[in-house]
Amino acid sequence: MSSEDKFDCIVVGAGPSGIAAAYTMAKAGLNVIVLERGSFPGAKNLFGGVLFTTILDQLVPSFWEEAPVERHVISRRFCYLTKESQVGVDLMSQKYAEAPFNNSFIVLRSKFDQWFAQKAEGAGVQMLTGVIVDDFVCKDGKIIGIKARGEQEGLYDELYADVVICAEGANSMLAEKAGMRKGKSLMSSHNRSTAVKEIIRLPEEVINDRFHLAGKEGTAIEYFGDAAGGMLGSGFIYTNKDSISVGVGCEIGDLIENKTRLYDQLDYFKSHPAVRNLVRGGETVEYSTHMIPEDSYGAMPQLYTDGLMLVGDCGGFINSSIFHEVTNLAMASGMYAAETVIDAKRRGDYSAQTLSLYKTKLEESFVFQDMRYFKKFFHFIQNNRAFLTQYPTLAVEMMIDLFTVTQASKKQIRNKLIIKFMKQVNIFKLMLDMAKAAWVAV
Amino acid sequence: MTVDMKDYLKEPKKLSLDDRLYLVTRNLSKKSHIEVDQAKFKKDPLKSVLTICPAKVYEEHEENGECKVNFENRLECGTCQVAGREYVKWKNPDSGFGMSLKNG
Repeated sequence: MSSEDKFDCIVVGAGPSGIAAAYTMAKAGLNVIVLERGSFPGAKNLFGGVLFTTILDQLVPSFWEEAPVERHVISRRFCYLTKESQVGVDLMSQKYAEAPFNNSFIVLRSKFDQWFAQKAEGAGVQMLTGVIVDDFVCKDGKIIGIKARGEQEGLYDELYADVVICAEGANSMLAEKAGMRKGKSLMSSHNRSTAVKEIIRLPEEVINDRFHLAGKEGTAIEYFGDAAGGMLGSGFIYTNKDSISVGVGCEIGDLIENKTRLYDQLDYFKSHPAVRNLVRGGETVEYSTHMIPEDSYGAMPQLYTDGLMLVGDCGGFINSSIFHEVTNLAMASGMYAAETVIDAKRRGDYSAQTLSLYKTKLEESFVFQDMRYFKKFFHFIQNNRAFLTQYPTLAVEMMIDLFTVTQASKKQIRNKLIIKFMKQVNIFKLMLDMAKAAWVAV
Repeated sequence: MTVDMKDYLKEPKKLSLDDRLYLVTRNLSKKSHIEVDQAKFKKDPLKSVLTICPAKVYEEHEENGECKVNFENRLECGTCQVAGREYVKWKNPDSGFGMSLKNG
């Protein structure tokens, strides 16, 4: 092994977590290489649309002045859809229109990740694209490097490092290979969702008019209920500069059970009466799909071992609630893993015991505190389907009935609603469910 | 305002999946990196890869019931190897091959 082939750290994958890790280490003077399988950083990277940026702002202060962001989010809407109706909450604040813009920016990853990777390169990171990492190099039970697919079939090029940070994303084959995902944390149809998304081009002026925006203001809308055909999932619209991102994501298990094809569900969503006027006249210019981890705090993969740490989607960092903030968790995990490597280098020890500092940093931060807080949320909805469809649908129907203008007196309408409610809901089950929900909330 | 709003009142064009797949930039390898264990596929009552794949990579052969792999369609999300863990063997495409996103 020549010294040129040995790095302080090899990072596998140039997404938000991998680049945040590499950038942090390079700034501290470490010799870091990032290996990316796409032909450029971002070529194979995808998300719905909102980048949450408290960590990014720490890494690159006032990054929005130079980064390719589409818009900053001044409004968020959460809507529940039934077949013909919508009830929603609309959140808009002038507060969000001023720096740091509520740390929420709509970006297109292909452009943004390239910029972020260039920042890291500027700090001294070596960025190697088109490299397919198929396995790790182990010695005495420790990971000491990676095996990249060579030009000839079956032959591998080896690269060595004191530590490998695996940031290969939700489809974490390397994590399974290294034995970091076993049992409950193996990728399965109940801890992975899949989403499809279309980029639909519309002129900037039309978007501003249609979504009540001006200048660089953007909106993020999420749709539940009928958007996902009653399955565990949601639909979304995010406004880019001169296009909108429109998509639907569902738990894989639900899609299998319902035999629903995601692109059919997306077509259905786009034609829903509450959505079709928002996508009208647009031209679809890109179709893409992405798997999303829904790992829960109690069933996460092993995050570190001798010579290896997992970050980002690969490590299952996800806030399974309406807050998402996944990109922020990804960058935070990358930064904490990097700080752990910097500490390990100072000690000259890369054992699991030293790398456990990574976990301590996660525990002390919003990352694990939020994940722990929301750990029951996803399972609760998975196991109490009435909250996903029956209760909200009934609530929407009752609201629509209440506001339907007739010559019946409001008292008559109210009485009718009470009867409708009593007919459709088992009051004891409802009380029991509410008690369970309260238990999860606290 | 420079745009004519009337142009944007039309119903969107209905797109087939093929229309959509055609929009993705690809560099196609000659070799598939997806293998299907046909015996296990045939035994799977759900045959979930047929409906779960957002790019219709998997199709059931009408005559012999085997699973055809249209690997040129792939969007590299990995859903099939989670849904069809027992019989789908999935590998990343070789360097320089597969799909690239212009927007992401």
